[in-house]
Amino acid sequence: MKILVCISKTPDTTAKIAFEDNNKKFAADGVQWIINPYDEWYALVRAIELKEADASVSIHLITVGGADAEPILRKALALGGDESFRVHLENGDAFQVAAQIAGFAKAGGYDLVLTGKETIDYNGSSIGGMIAELMDVPFLSHATQLNVSGGKATAVREIEGGEETNEAALPLVVSCQKGMAEQRIPNMKGIMGARTKPLKVVDADTTAALTSIERFELPPAKAGVKLVPADQPEELVRLLHEEARVI
Amino acid sequence: MVLVFIDQNEGTIKKSSFEAAAYGAAIAQQTGKTAEAILLGDTPADADQLGNYGISKVHVVNQASLKTMDAQVYAQVLQEAADTLHAEIIIFSNNTTAKAVAPRLSARMKAGMVSGAIALPDTTNGFTVKKSVFSGKAFAHVNILTDKKIIALNPNAFAVTTSSGSASVHPLECSAVQPAVSVTQVNKVVGEIPLSEASVVVSGGRGLKGPENWGFVTELAGLLGAATACSRPVADIHWRPHHEHVGQTGLAIAPNLYIAIGISGAIQHLAGVNRSKTIVVINKDPEAPFFKAADYGIVGDLFEVMPKIIAEVKRIKGVA
Repeated sequence: MKILVCISKTPDTTAKIAFEDNNKKFAADGVQWIINPYDEWYALVRAIELKEADASVSIHLITVGGADAEPILRKALALGGDESFRVHLENGDAFQVAAQIAGFAKAGGYDLVLTGKETIDYNGSSIGGMIAELMDVPFLSHATQLNVSGGKATAVREIEGGEETNEAALPLVVSCQKGMAEQRIPNMKGIMGARTKPLKVVDADTTAALTSIERFELPPAKAGVKLVPADQPEELVRLLHEEARVI
Repeated sequence: MVLVFIDQNEGTIKKSSFEAAAYGAAIAQQTGKTAEAILLGDTPADADQLGNYGISKVHVVNQASLKTMDAQVYAQVLQEAADTLHAEIIIFSNNTTAKAVAPRLSARMKAGMVSGAIALPDTTNGFTVKKSVFSGKAFAHVNILTDKKIIALNPNAFAVTTSSGSASVHPLECSAVQPAVSVTQVNKVVGEIPLSEASVVVSGGRGLKGPENWGFVTELAGLLGAATACSRPVADIHWRPHHEHVGQTGLAIAPNLYIAIGISGAIQHLAGVNRSKTIVVINKDPEAPFFKAADYGIVGDLFEVMPKIIAEVKRIKGVA
């Protein structure tokens, strides 16, 4: 079985969010970059677990981005994965990114394409569904469990107001979230091995963007907390009722 | 025409779908179009209520394969319906159904999509939609470049106004599609207010010291008609079910009021709740980072504070 894991580079969860160039660009100075946590902890680690259970599984990693995304691919390779690919396309919109991955996955004959449920920077939740549509295969979204056997995938996925268990024949696309696997820390052998694993650069196709980000905006600063003395909790209820009018 | 996808649960329309309907109607008014709705599956009892939210017609596609949500089937049926009805703008509420279906529909129709929208589009120069990004820490204004457009509206983001109107219900024929996915088991959480749609959320953290003290959270939530939530450590040690976990790796919510009891407010927790309109923090540690993100707070022992708060809420709600 061939698994393709989609890897996105995102700012660290604790990074300061600021913009430059007239609010058109994320201010990347001094920002630590990480593998998007949903891609890493859930999609990639689950792929590694499937390979640990069945040595015939191969794992390829793909990212769509500039050369500055390569350290993130190496980090992912240190956790696991056999080969990696970077499609050279900077600032692509969701559809362009999905089109690159879908084209690559179709040509490569992958059985399973795994993504995180969303990236923590754009919060689009779009790539997995778009890839599945462009490949014309099923999409199991928001999966919390995934097993594969006999050419068939079984997944537990979150639906509105609960969860359900799905079965479908491969190939398909699964977006992964909490519950799927546990975070792992790469060991020294993995980090050393990642240096020599293949990282190939692939040219992007000419798919056009469907959207463009015009500008960013920061929310207005909070006025600051209004503290109520601990011996007068009734005053808090009054403020919520009469001032904020939320209860 | 603006076409609003309506989600239903147990035979009634979801609150967030009424929000999407009102949002779609406002866009229709802004752009000189009509607003209609589309429903897949059985017709919910309250379908005609959509008229109060500015919807003139409700189209219903009812096929056996639509009783469960298969993104591939839904996208195919919705495209056919959108083409038949000449829909130009398609609106979803940004919930788990939309996150599965809308991207497929976007790719299928080559219609640019903005998910997580929080305001009406700016149509003065292009068609730009404001959306939440960086887990609620910033906004992006995204221009949809294509003629056909898809918007997934965040729950609790759009102030709904209603007026009295009536919507007529019309069956719509679409080609039958066989799902490639089979649903072998469904577990629905019944009787609780869905966390993603709740306008008030009461949440507890490790400060409560144990699951036996959750009465403070559930009693206050009951009085306020609120959903209950919890921090990640609380879900991880199984004091509360995982579906209540809000934060970076759990659910991201944006209620009108978020009350955090005994939660310190680590940045990962804030990422899931910082879009809440009013945040109240009750914590004994004055250095808890949550106070920096809060609107109201009490620095104090929750075991002393909470009984008094609950008593006062009962008093103003007239509950004995």
